[in-house]
Amino acid sequence: MLPNQTIDPRQWVKNHADYMYTYALSRISDEEQARDLVQETFLAALERIDKFEGKSSERTWLTAILKNKIVDVYRKKSSGLISTDTLKEVHDMQEFFWEDGHWREDHQPKHFGVEDHDPLHNKEFNQVLQKCMQKLPALWLAVFTMKHMDDEPTNVICTQLKVSDSNFWVIIHRTKVNLRACLQKNWI
Amino acid sequence: MSRLRNIVYNCRQATYLIEKRLVGKITFREKVQLHIHFYGCSVCKLFNKQSSMINAMVKQLLIKNGQPDLKLDEDFKADMQHRIEDELNKK
Repeated sequence: MLPNQTIDPRQWVKNHADYMYTYALSRISDEEQARDLVQETFLAALERIDKFEGKSSERTWLTAILKNKIVDVYRKKSSGLISTDTLKEVHDMQEFFWEDGHWREDHQPKHFGVEDHDPLHNKEFNQVLQKCMQKLPALWLAVFTMKHMDDEPTNVICTQLKVSDSNFWVIIHRTKVNLRACLQKNWI
Repeated sequence: MSRLRNIVYNCRQATYLIEKRLVGKITFREKVQLHIHFYGCSVCKLFNKQSSMINAMVKQLLIKNGQPDLKLDEDFKADMQHRIEDELNKK
């Protein structure tokens, strides 16, 4: 049976390497690791090239392999759990809210001053956001990235990262409260 | 009543519902409670606005609006090319 889509490993580097590097780097923010993942992906793809059925494009197929490798990295990073995570600059919820649930005055959200000025295209603001994301614990960042960048279904994230459903929501909440606070601290 | 009070006067709960609403679903009852909370709490209203904005920005980090891809080091690429050729020749 002839595949609908052709595959040509000799053209992979030329056609897909930059794309895949960009894809990996935006999700793990480590140049060397992103580079290695691209290489590993190509080699892994070669090994199972006979599994390519031509149902999707070559790039889609390669990206799916890369994506799995990224999840492996997330999993490895977050399984170190407490040891590495305590080094990160995150705050407990008690630091943001009083016992009765009210915002503590010093942690109340304030206007960033960019809300009405096309923040999406504000380069400096985006850079602060990326720095703040890097301060998150590995597991939180993994959950956050998979949900917000890749729109993965919640149950897939929970299974792949071994997080319970209730813990998932706790992480989503804590991540955003911390991320927003970090933006406020470093921007205003 | 105590449950209603919980959310109406509780910013911690309200922000939790804000996040849950952004990526998933909340119940009708929770929606109503959140709206009552917003009515009396401009701080959480601001949180809500900023939170949606952050989500949009994060998404955009990926889509890049047609910006070109980053460039991988040429030497590294050449090396990868060799490794691929080697593997192919083995077959």
